[in-house]
Amino acid sequence: MTTEVYESVLHPQSLVAELKKNNVSHVVWLPDSETNFLYNMMMEEPTLDLIPVCREGETMAVAAGLWVGGANPVVLIQNTGVFEAGDSIRGLCLDLNQPLVMLVGYRGWTRRGPTPDSAGRFIEHILHAWGINYYLVETDDDADRISIAFDESVRLNRPVAVLIGTEFGV
Amino acid sequence: MINNTDAVRVIDSNREDAVVVPTMNAGNHRFGLPSVTTNQNLDLPISGAMGKASNVGLGIALAQPGRKVFVLDGDGSLLMNLGALVTTSTKAPKNFYHFLFNNGVYAVTGGQPIPGSEGVTNWEEVARGAGYAAVFSFDNLEDFTTGISDALAAEGPVFIHLAVEPEIENTPVQFRTRASRTAQQAYQEVTAALAGDN
Ligand SMILES: Cc1ncc(C[n+]2csc(CCOP(=O)(O)OP(=O)(O)O)c2C)c(N)n1
Repeated sequence: MTTEVYESVLHPQSLVAELKKNNVSHVVWLPDSETNFLYNMMMEEPTLDLIPVCREGETMAVAAGLWVGGANPVVLIQNTGVFEAGDSIRGLCLDLNQPLVMLVGYRGWTRRGPTPDSAGRFIEHILHAWGINYYLVETDDDADRISIAFDESVRLNRPVAVLIGTEFGV
Repeated sequence: MINNTDAVRVIDSNREDAVVVPTMNAGNHRFGLPSVTTNQNLDLPISGAMGKASNVGLGIALAQPGRKVFVLDGDGSLLMNLGALVTTSTKAPKNFYHFLFNNGVYAVTGGQPIPGSEGVTNWEEVARGAGYAAVFSFDNLEDFTTGISDALAAEGPVFIHLAVEPEIENTPVQFRTRASRTAQQAYQEVTAALAGDN
């Protein structure tokens, strides 16, 4: 039992490796309790340029500009930020057919038992409503789903979400 | 006060190879950029996602550091996303020029006053306080025509406040002149024009 818990950790290294594998140039982000270890690692990664924003609706817009300019950005936010960013996702990502991977901290996700946090309860419904496909990543074993998301976003010219379902382990 | 189209014309005639990201009246078919532009290939009008034109411009400026980016923003739009000023000044792209079309109203929706417009808010101080490297302000065409080269010679991020006449749009939306390109076409064309440049 203990072993199973130990093995189910998601390490920030796995995510950074995925970003590097997919030639990500910029991470447009706003902090999220689920992603702090990742932040520390990204700061040390010379191939990634971090762009901090003041609200999540900015992330898709900055990413759109980066894409137009020939860069390869991702967005890193919390699910609360997806709610905040609704008009940018609609008016930019979806209306412009923008290929974009959104890494989204899945606040409130419990897998087993009730989900008292409305941020957790609503997020998948919202993504469904917009027709945005998503992949759940909870452990290192799931990390290659991030590459699937990258492939899909570029192939279909669409935003694709990756829901990060656990806090990063060290 | 400066006429909207005159302001856009002055900016366009000073653009050289800059990318122009206009929104609201500055990007409208009748009043703004598409009626005067000399390089539509490098125009990216933002009509969806009110308030986000400057963020899009920031992304282009960061991906294309060797090329100037002009954002033509509305005052109501900037208020909707005021933090963008700080986002921009934090990355501080030297090639970023932010023109604010201050007409005091939401012109596109019929001319309702924006918050802070009755002399309450000082835009130059807002931009300076947010950390822009240089701030300019013009309230007549002559000064703007002669002064724009100083603004464009300054290192960015530069904020250029323009007092423009409100040109209010009251035609019902379905009867308004449509833009010659969809937002999607513009997005694809500018991406193609910049490909290989970064
Ligand atoms: C999120 C959102 N809220 C409201 C609107 C409606 N709207 C469209 S244009 C506009 C006014 C824009 O004002 P400003 O940026 O000052 O530009 P101007 O019309 O004066 O050129 C508003 C409120 C919108 N498009 N999106």
